[in-house]
Amino acid sequence: MIDKFWPDMGAAVADMPDGASVMIGGFGSSGIPLALIDAVCAAGPRHLTVISNNTGSGETGVSALLREGLVDKVVCSYPRSRGSVWFERLYQQNAIELELVPQGTLAERMRAAGAGLGGFFTPTGYGTALADGKETRMIDGRGHVLEAPLAADYALLSAYKADPWGNLVYNTAARNFNPVMATAAGCAVVEVGARVALGELNPEAVASPGIFIDRVVVREQP
Amino acid sequence: MSLPRLTTHEMAARLAADITDGAYVNLGIGMPVTVANHVPAGRQVIYHSENGILGVGRSPEPGEDHDPDLINAAKDPVTLIEGGCYFDTAESFAMMRGGHLDLAVLGAFQVSATGDLANWATHDATYPPAVGGAMDLAVGAKTVYVLMRHTAKDGTPKLVEACDLPLTGAACVSRVYTDLGVFEIDRDNAAAKVIERFDGVSFDALQAVTGLTLVE
Repeated sequence: MIDKFWPDMGAAVADMPDGASVMIGGFGSSGIPLALIDAVCAAGPRHLTVISNNTGSGETGVSALLREGLVDKVVCSYPRSRGSVWFERLYQQNAIELELVPQGTLAERMRAAGAGLGGFFTPTGYGTALADGKETRMIDGRGHVLEAPLAADYALLSAYKADPWGNLVYNTAARNFNPVMATAAGCAVVEVGARVALGELNPEAVASPGIFIDRVVVREQP
Repeated sequence: MSLPRLTTHEMAARLAADITDGAYVNLGIGMPVTVANHVPAGRQVIYHSENGILGVGRSPEPGEDHDPDLINAAKDPVTLIEGGCYFDTAESFAMMRGGHLDLAVLGAFQVSATGDLANWATHDATYPPAVGGAMDLAVGAKTVYVLMRHTAKDGTPKLVEACDLPLTGAACVSRVYTDLGVFEIDRDNAAAKVIERFDGVSFDALQAVTGLTLVE
């Protein structure tokens, strides 16, 4: 019997080693695995590379990992936003490495990794500083940049509901990076609002098929 | 001399008035997201948000029941119009790069006479750069309009002969809407033509706060 549910958040991230690369789903305040991030803070692996669209706000989300000094590098499209005080502080102190990636390139690099592709040519960023040092090619008269696949050891994700096989549905705009990160991570861990029985999810509505999901934990209701 | 300037909502409404019926339009972070509050009467416009929404509606009223996951590119709460839908980031950016969006409305630090756009990095090394979806939109949307204040907070012109900030995209902007007027960028001839000057803004006063030579 396949059952991907784990009893608690701490157990689900306990094997994350120092130096791990970790994708973290979410966009702004939407679709962020807050409870899993807190569990990683408690476990305390160090020298992490965090791959996420933003760097958190205030004391929660990715900000908490930064505050605890667990992160050496972030791979991110939009690290500066309202309340991203911990990232800005570390950046000003030159205490964190930033790899800035255009958002669509970030998502597509994950998709390439998850889909078994060796990279792709994109017009995004051609002729800009973010293409410095990268291979380029003219395709149909237009400049393109070669981008590499981006995988990670772990993905921490958030979804609305899961069944025992790890099939996921999401709530409104909370989907964002979660499905593509699930495909690109060695171990995809997801926190969900509720567990449902096999067969209860509408197969047409499943946005992350369970094949991409390794561990599921139910978020405690506030 | 202080010029009469449009408010953000007046600027957004002015830009929205030029969006054609049936258009798919991405609204970027900053001032552009406020355009979703304005759809000209008698037109249907579908607003796209990079985080995975087609059919972004108005902002919720204060106190209105609202889904906290439903936010726009600027991370502000929004609503979904009837017929709207959700998708993931990879699909959202396929819509952009794949040329499926009729228009993108972006904010800017600088726009040049040749339509170059700079909106992701400053000269301040302690200020983290942030690109988000801007580079994808600059290359992917069929048309790019910029919505920005005419000058920076310190009065520096943002419409310039050539950008000295790092570029988001080259030769991609076709129109600029500011708090003082509307400008068509003639990229081939490196010229900015004044389409409209708002009430009380003379051509000379406009030229005085602009970093390129305007064409009346």
